[in-house]
Amino acid sequence: MDEVELKRIIWRSRRGLLELDLQLERFVNEVLPTLNAQELAVYEQILLLPDWDFLEYVNGKSVCPDPELAVMIARIAAANAGSHGAAN
Amino acid sequence: MTKAIPVRKFDAIIVGAGGAGLRAALQLSEAGMKTAVLSKVFPTRSHTVAAQGGVSASLGNSEPDHWTWHMYDTVKGSDWLGDQDAIEFMCREAPNVVIELEHYGMPFDRNSDGTIYQRPFGGHMSNFGEKPVRRACAAADRTGHAMLHALYQRNVRANTQFFVEWMALDLIRDEKGNVQGVVAMEMETSEIVIFQAKATLFATGGAGRIYSSSTNAFINTGDGLGMAARAGVPLEDMEFWQFHPTGVAGAGVLITEGVRGEGGILRNSDGERFMERYAPNAKDLASRDVVSRAMVTEINEGRGCGPNKDHVLLDITHLDPEVIMSKLPGIREISIKFAGVDPIKAPIPVVPTCHYQMGGIPTNYKGEVVVGAEIVKGFYAAGECACASVHGANRLGTNSLLDLLVFGKSSGNSMIDFIKSAPKDLPEVAMADVERSVARVARLDNQTNGTNVNDARLAMQRTMQAHAGVFRFNDMLKEGVKKILEVEQMVKTTMIADKSKTFNTARLEALELENLIEVAKATMISAEARKESRGAHVRDDALDVPETPNGRDDANWLKHTLWHREDNRLEYKPVNLQPLTAPSVALKTRSY
Repeated sequence: MDEVELKRIIWRSRRGLLELDLQLERFVNEVLPTLNAQELAVYEQILLLPDWDFLEYVNGKSVCPDPELAVMIARIAAANAGSHGAAN
Repeated sequence: MTKAIPVRKFDAIIVGAGGAGLRAALQLSEAGMKTAVLSKVFPTRSHTVAAQGGVSASLGNSEPDHWTWHMYDTVKGSDWLGDQDAIEFMCREAPNVVIELEHYGMPFDRNSDGTIYQRPFGGHMSNFGEKPVRRACAAADRTGHAMLHALYQRNVRANTQFFVEWMALDLIRDEKGNVQGVVAMEMETSEIVIFQAKATLFATGGAGRIYSSSTNAFINTGDGLGMAARAGVPLEDMEFWQFHPTGVAGAGVLITEGVRGEGGILRNSDGERFMERYAPNAKDLASRDVVSRAMVTEINEGRGCGPNKDHVLLDITHLDPEVIMSKLPGIREISIKFAGVDPIKAPIPVVPTCHYQMGGIPTNYKGEVVVGAEIVKGFYAAGECACASVHGANRLGTNSLLDLLVFGKSSGNSMIDFIKSAPKDLPEVAMADVERSVARVARLDNQTNGTNVNDARLAMQRTMQAHAGVFRFNDMLKEGVKKILEVEQMVKTTMIADKSKTFNTARLEALELENLIEVAKATMISAEARKESRGAHVRDDALDVPETPNGRDDANWLKHTLWHREDNRLEYKPVNLQPLTAPSVALKTRSY
């Protein structure tokens, strides 16, 4: 994965929903740089999901039917637990 | 002189691919106009996606309804600051644009007879405020999402040309002030290109990110407003912003007001249940305005919580955990995720949170940008970035999606007429604005020390939140004007470490901040000057007395604000109380 591709992925992590922006913030900063090429490819597929589906999966309201994506979505949810807000 | 900048030519350019931009593009492309749409993100990830409530239209599918009733509700909602010609236009057009959208494939919820299902919504009334009426049309709770998809698919079919991951930098005006297009940057390469057209529409959305607590997505940085202001176009009614009383402090995600309904209690830094002092009877169940006002007063008087004393606490720890789990599961999740707090064990930090911008680029109901008595030739605006003005001092629920459809379409039609009447060949591009734009980017690329972009943004957001939030104080506003002009100096000297050319998000964020600061200044200066309370602009010192009920002072302030960037000058223009055909909705005190 070249640097340009990585930066493109970071930009595409900007979404139409605030909740997703917030959920992805810490994942993008902390986890994304550690992903290998295959994992990045999975994340890129996740970025193609409609925002509301993506949010429901991250919030555990429903499960992404693609198991490979589901595993990465679980990592996004885990990366974010308690990462925002004035209490921190 | 910079090296030659490539020029791409179109009939029409649209900046922004949310609901308004897509609706306008469709009108133009289907009329055979060569249309380019520039967007920072993929169209279906525009912030329109977040709209859940629905779109209003007096279809009367469930019970009698009429556009004049919708108009009455909108004028009243606007606290009489809305222009009644534009409001009539919007409410009359509503059924047409909704049915059109249905024909584009929008999956509206339906009645058993196949007609569009309509649900009740706050402020929607029949017979001029008599009783609630079902007027909101929705596609489950994904109305905005469904709208974007239907419009995007239709645009693809109509051969609209999309330039995705492009950021418009500046408006181009010739020596007469006519608009020739925009300067834009391709994110992937940082290449700067001139997009020239006969007609240019801004549909760039709102700028809620000027506040530290906002429900707006990160992309909502008021790019069109910044570009318009730098090009000498004033911004209208920027003191009016819709707030929600309880968002998670520091994040902006909303906590439903149902939490207080279930027994949630607001507390200050002393742990005091402060609503008892402000509303001895209703306490925490007082109306939105009263609760917001009390929260801000507590923070302002030094009883806020946290290291910056900038929020209060919403306490549900006294509730049975079973009740929290069964009745408020989403709230527990939001609190754990975005506040790092389990509300079963500790209170949730909350603060009034910015949601929607009523003001914007001044237009008429045809989407034409109007300055003084003059139309700015070739320039149009629609949606949240525009001020037609249909929302006036406060927006009626579900009128935001309607605004996108009606004024997206009417702008498109105005642009088609203008393009057809314009000379066939495009003139030479006036280079003055282009050079200023290139210099702005070069300044960032060459600046080797200065202010950190994040620091400047935080300073702006904290200043706006503290000094021009949901409830306003004269001395705080005066101090706020001074402070925001200091922040402006920080923004002028921002420095980015990353000077690379490919997807340089640091540079993009610095450029976005240059747009946000224009909106922040416009808001603070306009709010300081308006010495009354009206709609969403509520001041501590505007007295609720018979001459000025609810603090609204029609004798002096029934007028639109126009802020000019050049010298931070304000001027005012009258509200249009004369509809196109209907009788005027006469002034009266707003109460629900």
